[in-house]
Amino acid sequence: MWKRDEAVKPTTPAGPGPMPPAPAVGAPPAAEAARTTPSDSPRGMEKTTVNIGKSVVIKGELNGSEDLTIEGQVEGKIELRQNVLTIGPNGRIKAQVFAKSVIILGEVTGNVTATEKVDIRDNGSVDGDIAAPRVAIAEGAHFRGSIDMQRTGGKAETKADAKPTAASQSRPEQHAGTPAGAAR
Amino acid sequence: MLTDLLKWGGKRPGASGADPSRPGNGEDMVVASKALPKFLNALGQQSSPVLIDFGPVIGSNVEFFGERLGCKLFIEDLIGEVDRHTRAATLPDLPSTFEKRFRHGDASADGVLCWDIFDFLDKNAGQALARQVVRMLRPGGAVMSFFCTSGVEGATFTKYEIVDDVTLRYRRHSGVGGHRRAVQNRDIIRMFEGLIVSDQFLLKNNTREILLRAR
Repeated sequence: MWKRDEAVKPTTPAGPGPMPPAPAVGAPPAAEAARTTPSDSPRGMEKTTVNIGKSVVIKGELNGSEDLTIEGQVEGKIELRQNVLTIGPNGRIKAQVFAKSVIILGEVTGNVTATEKVDIRDNGSVDGDIAAPRVAIAEGAHFRGSIDMQRTGGKAETKADAKPTAASQSRPEQHAGTPAGAAR
Repeated sequence: MLTDLLKWGGKRPGASGADPSRPGNGEDMVVASKALPKFLNALGQQSSPVLIDFGPVIGSNVEFFGERLGCKLFIEDLIGEVDRHTRAATLPDLPSTFEKRFRHGDASADGVLCWDIFDFLDKNAGQALARQVVRMLRPGGAVMSFFCTSGVEGATFTKYEIVDDVTLRYRRHSGVGGHRRAVQNRDIIRMFEGLIVSDQFLLKNNTREILLRAR
């Protein structure tokens, strides 16, 4: 009786709005394949993350509008244009990937395109080309391919700043705090 | 100066066999580079330069070249390749590997960062790689390469991290390393036939920094 009472209790307190409280979404305990956390809100306001478990193998096209974490295997194409894709440590991807942001802790073979950032964490591996405005690669990550950080604005200014100036080239040979490297 | 010149003749380093010009187990070395600013200057003359990096991927280098210079960066990690071949005892296969490995078209790159890869290659492998570099480089493109002045048995690989426009941090690579050979200047010129040596610097740590340009 105790448990039955709890099961029908709403997981979130009823809001002030006109909508009735949402019933709890009961995920089966073993349903790791497509687990959604936190519970879906009927208002569709809360951000959700879907997990694809490590025993799951998907071949084909994967589209969505929620953040997604993949611990299994995916072959084909992944498209989450407005959301964050996380390839977990057990994730094995052979696919073209398009997302807002991609965080890689597992293995990816294929091209990765992100509108915001690609982040290859320690022990993450990418064999393919990356296109994103920002790319972070941790120590210990593996990468082979090309990196294209398409910049939308201020390219010329940044470039001019980055160029070594005549002054910097003609600076004295000694470099402060560089005991080994000052050229003769 | 005379002692420096004698070191160019391939004299062995100290009795310990360690490489005094490279970081040991513990600490990194911060080194002022003379060739790096010139290399960056050459890259900066292109609007969206294509850069090939033969070293292992380093996050800060990617950021430097990608975000600051707007380069399209190709990471080839030949140190990793040499490491794999060393472990598998298949170093004689390296020349054929280099012939097949690169997907870049002729005259498609504005810059190539060779770092010190040639020190760890035998003559055949070095020539095969240099041919690929010459093939891939566009007219006006630049190559930056480092060479040691004396051979070292059991040398470790080095990762080169860009600190700023004129400074590099030498860091120890976790690979097995190998035999470092001192490549003579005349052999470098022959290897890179078609390119010209535009600048050459001998640093205090006995690294020869060489900048080559495509005509």
